[in-house]
Amino acid sequence: MHKFKATNFSRFVGFVILGFFLVYLSNTVDELRVYQGATVAMYVIAISSIILLTGYSGQVSLGHGALLAVGGYGAALLRNNFNAPVWLCFVGAVLLAAVWGALLGVTAARLSGPYLAGTTLALAVGLPSIANQFKFLGGEQGLIFEIGLPPASLGEMFSLYKWFFWIAALTALISMWWLQNLLRSRYGRTWRAVRTQSVAAELAGINIARSKILAFTISAGLAGLAGALLSMTISTVSPGAFPLTLSFALATGAVLSGINTLGGVIIGAVTLVAIPDIADAIAHRIGASENVTTNLPGLMVSGLLIVTVLFIPNGPVEQHRARKARHHAVLTSTKK
Amino acid sequence: MFQIFNTFLNGITAGSIYALMGISIVLVWRSTRVVNFAQAGMALLSTYIGYEVIQQLGSYWLALPLAMISGALVAAFIELVFMRLLLKHSSQGAIAGIAPIIATLGLLGVIKSLIGFIWGNQDVSIESPLSNVGFSMGSQTLALSPMKLFILGAVSILLISLTFLFQKTNLGLALRASAYAPEISRLAGIRVDLVRTSGWALAGAAGGAAGMLQTANGNGALAPDSLEFSLLLAFGFIAAVIGGLDSLLGAVLGALLLGLVLAFVLTYVGGSLVFITAFILLLVVLIVRPAGIISQRAGRRA
Repeated sequence: MHKFKATNFSRFVGFVILGFFLVYLSNTVDELRVYQGATVAMYVIAISSIILLTGYSGQVSLGHGALLAVGGYGAALLRNNFNAPVWLCFVGAVLLAAVWGALLGVTAARLSGPYLAGTTLALAVGLPSIANQFKFLGGEQGLIFEIGLPPASLGEMFSLYKWFFWIAALTALISMWWLQNLLRSRYGRTWRAVRTQSVAAELAGINIARSKILAFTISAGLAGLAGALLSMTISTVSPGAFPLTLSFALATGAVLSGINTLGGVIIGAVTLVAIPDIADAIAHRIGASENVTTNLPGLMVSGLLIVTVLFIPNGPVEQHRARKARHHAVLTSTKK
Repeated sequence: MFQIFNTFLNGITAGSIYALMGISIVLVWRSTRVVNFAQAGMALLSTYIGYEVIQQLGSYWLALPLAMISGALVAAFIELVFMRLLLKHSSQGAIAGIAPIIATLGLLGVIKSLIGFIWGNQDVSIESPLSNVGFSMGSQTLALSPMKLFILGAVSILLISLTFLFQKTNLGLALRASAYAPEISRLAGIRVDLVRTSGWALAGAAGGAAGMLQTANGNGALAPDSLEFSLLLAFGFIAAVIGGLDSLLGAVLGALLLGLVLAFVLTYVGGSLVFITAFILLLVVLIVRPAGIISQRAGRRA
């Protein structure tokens, strides 16, 4: 039996087909879904930055919300002060967040497990509040970040939300394509080696600290990109847009996706966006009180997180793969 | 000069509450090697139970011990049914290192939502049982009120009894032994699992006290998403790490240091830089003295 083998080219074609499918999809569903689609694309990037950091390089971060904030503020500052074109704002957001990530990474490479988690947690609590101190960051109200109307060539009926979605989806597709290539490269192998057997990796000549710092830098750059997209969809950046719960939601999304499988990232992203809607529907159906209605989404996210950690700790995709491998082993042994 | 003294007093009071929170983080870390990010949520839950007691019986003095007891029960329950299951299930694969962290985060979310289910998301308020108005000294007002005095006294008593428990009782010896060498302790006849549960219970009680005192020390407002509890969550952890995560005395010293530094930043620099100062303090300690301010052991590669 001929087995389909994914090559670099076939994966690229896959991404292009997916892109066309998304364009088609954006023309068929209503405004709200398109807007949610843009949020999903943002989450895909943000969650994959955590998967890269935690699943591949073995470092924990509970503070990615802060790096999203860095990206968002970077993009808004470029846009408002220098009237930079949108793509340049995104590039600036990535670079600025990556610089922060590199600085953090230098510290992070010396820490492990709970220490790193707590340090990044303190960062997530602390960083957004800096904006209140400095005038050019706009205080509590934050800054406006508007990317302007969609180009006239797309037609008059082309809505702003659809424009958001196109930008976000294209950015997400490009990042994912680049990231999955990166993870297959030498760097990806190095990270995995460091995570699974750091002593052996060191003996094999890998510079552990450098590999960890690189992972943190790239992860932060992706987080900055997600932050710029998030700011784009809500048209502002303010400290309130990057609360501690955002950082926690991203960690949750990464665990739901499967912490070391990039392919699962869409599961986590869609779940995070869908849960408020599902919770709303449930609360409506059972005629819940206001207290229950407001807190049901939080409970579902956290409950799902706990259930995942307890029962499918390495994520649904990995679980499925493991089952298939077992199944395959059974089949081959019975054939003999 | 007078302002410096007042800032000092404020810092010590805040720091003493962080100390309770830091201690509860340390107790859990020592007994199960888990940093419990749900600790602030558990403290919040016990504080709400204290609030309910005040609503029903009208006495803060009854609510404080009851909040501590319920905190202990909740913590013991979580350790028994949840953490044991978790440590058994998620010890393989990429998730192993971070499973406890993620799980306690999930727990934090669940506890917060449950609180919202029962008490709603609006502020409720706990009246401070003692006056929050500072003693006056001549024309000046001292930043030391009867309530603050009580907080300092209560925290001191709790710390002394904890020290006594650890140094002079069999349970304390068992707690220290099973943190230090679980296998050998088990061979020596210590029921390590039970000891772990009591470690969690002690931590829960300390957290409950921290929550009740923190709420009465502030403006008395209590809400699932209140800033006060983000403070407890972040600062308790920072205090514990500054102290070295393994040492109770270290957590207390770390908390007092943190409280003082933050009070001075609050008075002389600006309120919005408090959080980032705490973060920088944490970074400096982690870089300069990675094993905490009073520990001698080196290395943080857990």
